[in-house]
Amino acid sequence: MSASNEDRLADLIGALPPAPEAWVRAAQELPLARTEIDAIVARAETDAEFRQALIADLEATLAQEGYEPERPLLDALRWRFADS
Amino acid sequence: MAQTVSAAQLVARCRNGDQEAWAALVERFSRYVYAIATQGFRLREHDAEDVFQEVFTKVYQRLDSLRSDEAFQPWIAQLTRHVCVDRLRSGSREETTDETELAADPDEDALARIDEALDVHDAMAGLPENCREILDRFFARDETYRTIGEALELPAGTIASRISRCLVKLRDELDGRKPVPTQSGGQVSV
Repeated sequence: MSASNEDRLADLIGALPPAPEAWVRAAQELPLARTEIDAIVARAETDAEFRQALIADLEATLAQEGYEPERPLLDALRWRFADS
Repeated sequence: MAQTVSAAQLVARCRNGDQEAWAALVERFSRYVYAIATQGFRLREHDAEDVFQEVFTKVYQRLDSLRSDEAFQPWIAQLTRHVCVDRLRSGSREETTDETELAADPDEDALARIDEALDVHDAMAGLPENCREILDRFFARDETYRTIGEALELPAGTIASRISRCLVKLRDELDGRKPVPTQSGGQVSV
C-alpha cells in the first residue's frame, strides 16, 4: 500500500464507487435462481426441441414455459448455452 | 461495508451453500468488478452491467474450480478482465473521439489504482463504523456535507473535521498493516 497521505487515501476511496444497487441485488439472488437453472438445464439435456428453442429465443421460451425471464436466470442460461 | 470475515472464509462458506456468505461476497467485490469494467475498460453502463452479471454468474458456477480460497481476488480480477475483453471483441464500447483510444488496451494505470483502492477499502473495515460511513459517503458516493449531515444526524459544520480525523485513522490503520523489515533485511507481514 503506497498511500502516504490523506489526499492519496481520499483519491483511492473515491476510486471504488458503489455499483448500482439493482446490479448487486441481482447477483446476490443467484443462489435463489439455482433451482430453476438446474431444472431448465436438465430438461434441455434430454429435450432437444426445448434446447433448440432456448438457444433460438431464450426469453420467449422461458416466458412460454412459465419462468420469469429476468436476471440472474437469463445470464446464467445465456452463459450455459453460449457454446451451443 | 464492515468486513470482519476474510474473502477466503466467505468463499469457503459459499462453497457449502451459504447464501448469506454469497451475498456478502458479492457485496465485497461488487465495487471492484464495477470499477474494472467502467474505469479499467471504460465500458458503457449497459455493457458494464452485462459484464457485472456475467462475472458473478461465472464466479458462482465456477467457485468449485478455484484452487485456493486465498486467491479469490486475483481470480475474480482475471475473470472480469476476460469478460470485459470478450465484451469489447463483441463490438460494443464507449464512443470516443480519439481513434487511438478505440484500439487501446485496458488502462493498466487505472487497473493498478483499483487494486490499490481495494486495499484501502479493506483497511476501512478496521475503522469505527461512523468513520467508514462518513468516508465512504463523502469520497466514494460523492455526497455533500449537507446530505451526510442529514443522513448521519450530524451538524454539517462538523463533517469536514470528522472526515479529516477519519482519514488520519485510516492512514494509521494502513500503516499498521504494512510489512516491517526483519533484522535479516527480509520482510514479514504484521
